[in-house]
Amino acid sequence: MALDRWIALAFIALCCVYGYAAFFTMDDQLPPILQRNPVWPSTFPKILTVMGLVIGLIVLFTSKPPVDGAPAKDGAIDLSRLGDYHIGQALGLLVLMIVYALTLRPLGFNGSTVAFLVLGAVILGERRFHILIPVAVVAAGSIWYLVQEVLGIFLRPWPGMFM
Amino acid sequence: MLEGILIGLSAAISPFNLVMVVLGCVIGTLIGMLPGLGPMSIIAIMIPVAIGIGDPTAALILLSGVYYGAIFGGSTSSILLNAPGVAGTVATSFDGYPMARKGQAGKALTIAAIASFAGGTIGAILLMIFAPALSTVALLFHSAEYFALMVVGLSAIAAFAGTGQVAKALMMTILGLMLGTVGEGALSNMPRFTFGLQDLQSGFSFITLAMAMFALPEALFLVMNPARAATGADGDSGKITNMRITREEARSIAPVIGRQSLQGFFIGVLPGAGATIASFLGYAVERNIAKGAEQEEFGKGSIKGLAAPETANNAACTGSFVPLLTLGIPGSGTTAILLGALLALNVTPGPRLMTDTPEVFWAVIISMYLGNLVLLILNLPLIPYIAKILTIPRTFLIPFILFFTLMGSYLGQNNSTELLILVGFGVVATILRFADYPLAPLLIGFILGTMLENNFARAMQLYRGFDFILERPMTLGLLVLALILVVLPSYRGYRARKRAEGVADGD
Repeated sequence: MALDRWIALAFIALCCVYGYAAFFTMDDQLPPILQRNPVWPSTFPKILTVMGLVIGLIVLFTSKPPVDGAPAKDGAIDLSRLGDYHIGQALGLLVLMIVYALTLRPLGFNGSTVAFLVLGAVILGERRFHILIPVAVVAAGSIWYLVQEVLGIFLRPWPGMFM
Repeated sequence: MLEGILIGLSAAISPFNLVMVVLGCVIGTLIGMLPGLGPMSIIAIMIPVAIGIGDPTAALILLSGVYYGAIFGGSTSSILLNAPGVAGTVATSFDGYPMARKGQAGKALTIAAIASFAGGTIGAILLMIFAPALSTVALLFHSAEYFALMVVGLSAIAAFAGTGQVAKALMMTILGLMLGTVGEGALSNMPRFTFGLQDLQSGFSFITLAMAMFALPEALFLVMNPARAATGADGDSGKITNMRITREEARSIAPVIGRQSLQGFFIGVLPGAGATIASFLGYAVERNIAKGAEQEEFGKGSIKGLAAPETANNAACTGSFVPLLTLGIPGSGTTAILLGALLALNVTPGPRLMTDTPEVFWAVIISMYLGNLVLLILNLPLIPYIAKILTIPRTFLIPFILFFTLMGSYLGQNNSTELLILVGFGVVATILRFADYPLAPLLIGFILGTMLENNFARAMQLYRGFDFILERPMTLGLLVLALILVVLPSYRGYRARKRAEGVADGD
């Protein structure tokens, strides 16, 4: 089964969960005064559920697999050649982003950002550390200054134990 | 109108706003030039900065400067590298790149700059004429019509998604609407679909969703397929030498610019069409009406073939502001992001924008003239230097793109959970892109969802049920139009498929 049909199937499953919440659980919490209203908080989600199920089924049963030998769009990702792409690097960067999210507060903005920029470039194959590290330090420092001092949004610069 | 223009002028030429115009254009041009980063990603990245400014006029001036700066910048990488930075400038590379290969890169950039300037300026004049007129009509609309109009907008976006894509685009729209219902609704303070999670109480942040839908998948695609991030000029095509154009050349492109400004603008006004369709259509129309030898020249370095898409895409960008400013309904992913930014700044675009906050409305339009002027000044003498950005290696570029994506999402909420949601949605969006699902409808659905539900609820309350559909002829008419917009392309696609199958069987 083609990927777009799997997605349609997942969407139908999502609609079922969403619809279950809208049809069976949401109205129980409704205060009596709102029950006299012609429109409830669950009305719109119920309509969306029905429409979502219909469209999901249409996509599931009518979508056609791409014609073999059709020219790929310029620069587009061709799923059948997935093995040729740098999947490992992409996954590495995704993991790095999650680690960044988890360390942003404990490590402070400057430390975690320099580490993110340097490690991100290393994952992509960059080894010129004498350029990379100064660039990362200057970028992290200037962005911190811009956000904290110019825009006035608080960003903890150093690890929590230092401030 | 004159009074409005004066209000706009006085707001737009304040020193701070002038700095915003220049800043927006410079940032847009620089980032728009980088292959693979579209205006939607750039605007999404810039939103926290714009919200940080606090003044809605300055913020919108900055963001619209970034928008047309990005379209403008995209043409540079199309011409020099044959690697369009944005989809709207793909048609520019058809003739721009052959010109650069012939050693006429300077001339091609000049024509692109002039065509963009003319397209943008004529577009701004048309916007000034049409937007107030449409606002007056839109003031007659009630919530029932608004609800129906939004349904039309959403269906049109799906209908323009392309052959065989209508159902997929509709599916994405519904997914966006569903995501929009998460959190406390305006209808009651009851939390919906939060699964007891505190972080979902106020719903998903639209900046996070915008980043996850556009910036993150694009960056991941650049990682996975290095061919997309082809930087560094090849051979002689990157050398920018003589930038002059002759009088004859100027005379031959003048009518093209005139025609494409009008056509591009009106295509831009239509929901879902936008700069990409305008540029391709502009190119096709000009090739068809060109005669003999000139037609032969298209695709081999024709100056008309370069001027047409460049004019059309800039005029369309300006045109797409019409539905946003007058109806509060975005016609494209980019204007949807702008709408989200405006809502975050407590400005509700719509027909009342012109009467309630005329300085925002007019200052944006006036800043478009100024922005186009800035872009012309920026592009003509400085382009050989600006084009140096194309030589930044991708190993440096991509971590920075990812970092700005993360920062944009983090600064909006000041919450690290937002970053995890961003990565999660980013992975889903990348998978959806793999399967060729359009993502702009999802974001537009998400942003319009709350407004759609509120107008629907108000109409239901006023008419005590679904009667508003039958009692208000305009609402009924608009809903029927929405249905036709969705059913017609699907039906035609079905017929075409059947016919193709019939031919195949006959072989």
